[in-house]
Amino acid sequence: MDEIAVLGVGMHPWGKWGRNFTEYGVAAARDALTDAGVDYTDVGFVSGAVTVRCGYPGYVAGSIFARALGFTGAQLASSYSACASGATALQVARGQILSGACDVALVVGADTTPKGFLAPHEGRRPDDLDWLRFHLVGASNPVYFGLHARRRMDLYGATTDDFAMVKVKNSRHGAHNPNARFTKEYGLDDVRNSPVVSDPLRLLDICATSDGGAALVVSSMEWARDHGYRDPVRVVGISTVSPTYPDPVIDLPYLAADSLAGSATATIGFKESIGARAYAEAGIGPADVDVAEVYDLSSATELDWYEQLGFCAAGEAERLLRDGDTAIGGRLPVNPSGGLGAFGEAVPAQAIAQVCELVWQLRGTAGARQVEGARVGITVNQGLFGHGSSVIVRR
Amino acid sequence: MQRAQVPAVEGLFTTDGDEPRLIGGRVPGTESYFFPRHLGGADPRVGPIELEEVLLSRRGRVWSYTTSHYPPPPPFVVTSEPYEPITVAAVELEAEKMVVLGQCIAGVGPDDLEVGMEVELTTDILYSDDDHDYLVWKWRPVAAAEPED
Repeated sequence: MDEIAVLGVGMHPWGKWGRNFTEYGVAAARDALTDAGVDYTDVGFVSGAVTVRCGYPGYVAGSIFARALGFTGAQLASSYSACASGATALQVARGQILSGACDVALVVGADTTPKGFLAPHEGRRPDDLDWLRFHLVGASNPVYFGLHARRRMDLYGATTDDFAMVKVKNSRHGAHNPNARFTKEYGLDDVRNSPVVSDPLRLLDICATSDGGAALVVSSMEWARDHGYRDPVRVVGISTVSPTYPDPVIDLPYLAADSLAGSATATIGFKESIGARAYAEAGIGPADVDVAEVYDLSSATELDWYEQLGFCAAGEAERLLRDGDTAIGGRLPVNPSGGLGAFGEAVPAQAIAQVCELVWQLRGTAGARQVEGARVGITVNQGLFGHGSSVIVRR
Repeated sequence: MQRAQVPAVEGLFTTDGDEPRLIGGRVPGTESYFFPRHLGGADPRVGPIELEEVLLSRRGRVWSYTTSHYPPPPPFVVTSEPYEPITVAAVELEAEKMVVLGQCIAGVGPDDLEVGMEVELTTDILYSDDDHDYLVWKWRPVAAAEPED
């Protein structure tokens, strides 16, 4: 797959600001344009990442952000794929660039989230799985996180302290991040003493929901070269895969996984397939990765990703964590930004924010949370209803 | 007057008799099952066929479980005051090799469950109004269901 250049990155700090999401997206976009040194009028394509929770369908992300920045006639698109929206928006921008439809694209995502559990819109909708799982089973998002965490304990002997250690590690990372919402360094006892939300997971194991915005300015390699960008960070792989039937692992928002009764062989698991596609596009493997930003919806989810990205075999994630491999200074630091544990989830901005962090890391400008010598980074996340998301950048 | 018992959502499970069953779909002539029948996806290896309706196994083994210590948000209906934590199990059905979610019956918590434990389907009241009890399927440990001597 051909590469594109990341010329600029920008973020609006995460928090619970309660303002219109457009404001965060515009601030992030202006930051990214300034960082890139690109004039907004040179942007030929605005790719917006959207969440339906922004309000109602009248909020069309691409045009909302483009109009707030000032309409220039640029072409627009809006992507909704839940938590994966940002990666999809980047994927669409890459397609525009590589097809020659534009030279420079702006990718923007932002959100304002309500307090507490994410929940479906009002009204009785028995044909909507997202409604059914709440109504019939009480299966909020943390229920699924708890199911997967408990499974790690029963299959691999993980302990609740292992989960807590992920939070402790990520809070140590996030303490140095000016864009993070939570910058307090937590100790094991803080996590142990926080209330149980979805057994075995406690409040500090589970990511909050936040407001925030993130943006990227990307271009063709030719445009970057012609305009004097030397050695820019490049996007070398993007995965937006869906699951492959039959996928026997239950995940949100479903009431049931696929049946294996009629299948002689199981296919690759969905989460494993997300990274696999990105690795294949980039022509690299897990051993080449220097730094990763993974979607730690819960602390236990982060451990799952170590295995699903091929950093270790199944059941060995806890050892990687305990050995300090995934802390800054370790062999393969994971979530140097602080991850969702330090940010909370601003759904359509999050996959873009992951890329922002890796760009800072690869440029060597991440300050106190710098991963020394990082040249290759991978992001991974998963959006509701089967949206994979992974981006590989290198320098 | 006794309230009429009806499913909280039609078409997902049977409620007649002592042995409730989940209503699934199956590709005719195969062992590819789906739940719910109309929302459970499809097998891309077969053409555009109508899934036949099948009743799924009543028994399965616990794949994992969790307990919600905070009341789930609407459209879940909280019926106890104060809220009694609900326990949810993911259960791999015996014949279908398919993991299905459901609440566990009241009184069953994480200390009563382990991965691999055998459970069976039952129904219970999810919530009620003046005229109706609205039912849902729930999981019950098989050991707990054995009659006492």
